Amino acid sequence: MENTKEMTNDVLKETKDKKSLKKVLVICARGTLEDVYAALIMANGALAEGMEAKMFFTFFGLDAITKEKADHLHTSTVGNPAFMRKLPTMVGGIPGFEALASHMMKQEMDKLDIPPVSEFLEMIEAGGGEIYACKLAADMFHLKSEDLVDEVKDIITVGQMYELAQGEGVQIIYV
Amino acid sequence: MERLSINGLYVDVNDEGYFKFSDVWTKDIAKEVAKNESIVLTDRHYEVLNFLREKHHEGVPLSIRKVGKSGIVNIREFYGLFPGGPLKVSSKIAGIPKPVSCV
Repeated sequence: MENTKEMTNDVLKETKDKKSLKKVLVICARGTLEDVYAALIMANGALAEGMEAKMFFTFFGLDAITKEKADHLHTSTVGNPAFMRKLPTMVGGIPGFEALASHMMKQEMDKLDIPPVSEFLEMIEAGGGEIYACKLAADMFHLKSEDLVDEVKDIITVGQMYELAQGEGVQIIYV
Repeated sequence: MERLSINGLYVDVNDEGYFKFSDVWTKDIAKEVAKNESIVLTDRHYEVLNFLREKHHEGVPLSIRKVGKSGIVNIREFYGLFPGGPLKVSSKIAGIPKPVSCV
């Protein structure tokens, strides 16, 4: 009987050790709703799997961690042929259409228990994830740390970003 | 399929260690499963485990967010109680299937 237990424990241990992915660095350079969510879901998913997760927001990705914009991101309805295939793409350019589409998308996400961006960032921080802003992009958009959500740990350079990805079993994911 | 021997009882688990049948679960069995995860269960752990089992039996799909909103633990404490992937680890110890949520 003891044998079975030991064997099982060994098997379980082995499965654990086999996992070679230990940390992800998710870089988000886009400010569209779906891209930001892709980045957030991947970082949060890594934490949920017991991995480490760091996030680096740059260029328009900074919108996702800017206090005034985080929960007001839009999806792109122009130049996005995958969006409402049956309608001519021109329709996407009608004033207000993008806001409507973004609103509807957020409603659908809410039904799936996907949190708003600001809450998602809180969840990631609570799970031990770290959130950083790109210094160069922040300078370019004249953003200071007080403009960014509280979960942002620091505004860092590209060199410091690479330091975050140091170690064994790390993957960098670029969105 | 694997069999876990706990205090002289056999428990059927899948190859990742999740219980095949959640009704064989007891607090003592949970204690043994937790040992495999290097966790010593406290009352706080049991509160979470009971919540998970309750929701599982109600057929509610679980997510870390839902546990965080349960009023039992916040997300930070949940990660602290069950290191190494809180919902996965706690589900295993609670004797319920592996969670399928992406959030």
